[in-house]
Amino acid sequence: MAAPLGQYKMVLFARTTDKEILRGAQNGGIVTALLSYALDTGIIDGAVVAAPSRSKPWRGKFDPWRSEPIVAMTRDQLLSARKTGYNISPNVMMIKEATRSYGLDRVGIVGVPCQIQGVRKAQLYPIGMRGVPDKIALVIGIYCMEVFPYQSIVQIVEDHGGVKMESVEKIEIGKGNFTVVTERGRTIQIPLNETRDLEQPGCHVCLDYAATLADISTGSAGSPAGWSTVFIRTKIGDEVWKRAMQAGLFETKPIGQVEPGLGAVEKLAVEKITRNKKTLEDRDFIGTKGLRNPYITT
Amino acid sequence: MEIFTEHVNGIMIHKITIGHIHESGCTGCLAALMDNYQGIFTILDKYADLVYGLTLVDVRKIPKMDVALIEGSVCIQDKLATDEVREVRDKSSVVIAIGGCACSGNITRFDRGGQQNQPQHESFVPVSDLIDVDIFVPACAPTPEALRNVCVMTYLLLRGNDEQKALAGMYLKPLMDLARSPYGSKASFNTLMQEVINLGLCMGCGSCAAACPVRAITMEYGKPQGLRDLCVNCGACFSQCPRSFFDHELMEHHEQIMGMLKAVMQ
Ligand code: SF4
Ligand code: SF4
Ligand code: SF4
Repeated sequence: MAAPLGQYKMVLFARTTDKEILRGAQNGGIVTALLSYALDTGIIDGAVVAAPSRSKPWRGKFDPWRSEPIVAMTRDQLLSARKTGYNISPNVMMIKEATRSYGLDRVGIVGVPCQIQGVRKAQLYPIGMRGVPDKIALVIGIYCMEVFPYQSIVQIVEDHGGVKMESVEKIEIGKGNFTVVTERGRTIQIPLNETRDLEQPGCHVCLDYAATLADISTGSAGSPAGWSTVFIRTKIGDEVWKRAMQAGLFETKPIGQVEPGLGAVEKLAVEKITRNKKTLEDRDFIGTKGLRNPYITT
Repeated sequence: MEIFTEHVNGIMIHKITIGHIHESGCTGCLAALMDNYQGIFTILDKYADLVYGLTLVDVRKIPKMDVALIEGSVCIQDKLATDEVREVRDKSSVVIAIGGCACSGNITRFDRGGQQNQPQHESFVPVSDLIDVDIFVPACAPTPEALRNVCVMTYLLLRGNDEQKALAGMYLKPLMDLARSPYGSKASFNTLMQEVINLGLCMGCGSCAAACPVRAITMEYGKPQGLRDLCVNCGACFSQCPRSFFDHELMEHHEQIMGMLKAVMQ
């Protein structure tokens, strides 16, 4: 396998200058700002994003801890799609819908690394993806260590954390903890090594952290609070980023200047890839026959 | 990998010969190939001569050819058909099964005879159950884009320079493995269950649900749920799944490969 951070043309810290977006953003508001700009300028005419579930309402609102994909075609829809939980939203499911049912010609999509793998496979091996490969206009990746099935989140919050799902205001995963903040301001921290077993098993064979196949990938790792690290990876990514910069959409800082920086991102990537390669090796020794390895190596 | 962008010039003179063989299918696969519109003319202008094809070429006897695209499953009560696939195998360097029927039986898996005017034609099997097939392009119908990509890669495999051959070999490998795998010709929603989900590989991306032509797959609690009565055994979900096969080294070059495919089709 290639470099843990993948190929990229440029990496930097950035945050959006769009106050409305920044206010509700988890970090630098990169994804929402980029998509909103791409929608405004016609780079895309819609984007597949994870949004709070509408099929399962919660406290009278869409359930933020159970995300599901939508095709967002307005800035408002993008804004409402922020702050989703740490369970997986099957975003790639909507990619053919976007081109066929919604009739979009230029589709944006956001996803964690495995979903970006799905998008690129849909382009190179479009076995069941008629009309999709040539209509992918912008692919934004988000770093990912692992996700939890919805039922695992319930179990962590209610059984380990001892609070009801209904009282959860915020969930954060990072710095070694699964952190739950309740409506009334109580903070509960559960060490991630206690929740490891409840992670989605498919994540344990995942060999990408930094969304290396995206046009642009981003996340909070390595960046100062309120900022994001951003990798510009492809020609499309480069063009979109340059245009957005010219439009004054982002403030940036060179990555060398601020701690913890690129090293922190690389450390997480290496940690994930090393651990999951080990899982793949261990799978070879389950029983006497081992389990199928989906990755082709030459 | 610079070569991806300069490629074709200078090697266009060596066209390959290609044929379309129609077994028990609905002609949807051929229609899908034609749905590449100008692309199909580009392929026929620059890279391939169509030497056999019902309705398209006025040739009765199966000629020798570089690449045979077989559409449809084979009726084992129809000696013409079983002889024909055998002859195609003998006369072609590369045999590609295109579409669900040829690869995994697809809707013909539900046939049990009784139709006029050959009510005794009741048993249909995927092509690879009778002859060695080199490459699978599953799905009902296969997509124009998948057929285009595979045709271009097969051309490069046969006529490209060393680097192009290596790339094409890498690209085609999983589709070759699928043609030889124990589950390729048996593909259905169950294959996705057995080879991905049952093996702890699914990560809930939803590619399978998008790929399914009959909307037999929904995502429930982050995992695919199959309405098996709807499933037509086309095999699209399994092949589309990033956890059926995935070559990190190849996919890393997605940008160049997509660029090359576009350039080649100009
Ligand atoms: S760890 Fe990998 S498989 Fe799991 S959600 Fe993240 S990117 Fe997907
Ligand atoms: S495509 Fe594969 S990994 Fe993705 S949801 Fe379907 S079975 Fe799971
Ligand atoms: S579930 Fe859908 S995609 Fe999968 S084999 Fe059946 S019909 Fe084809």
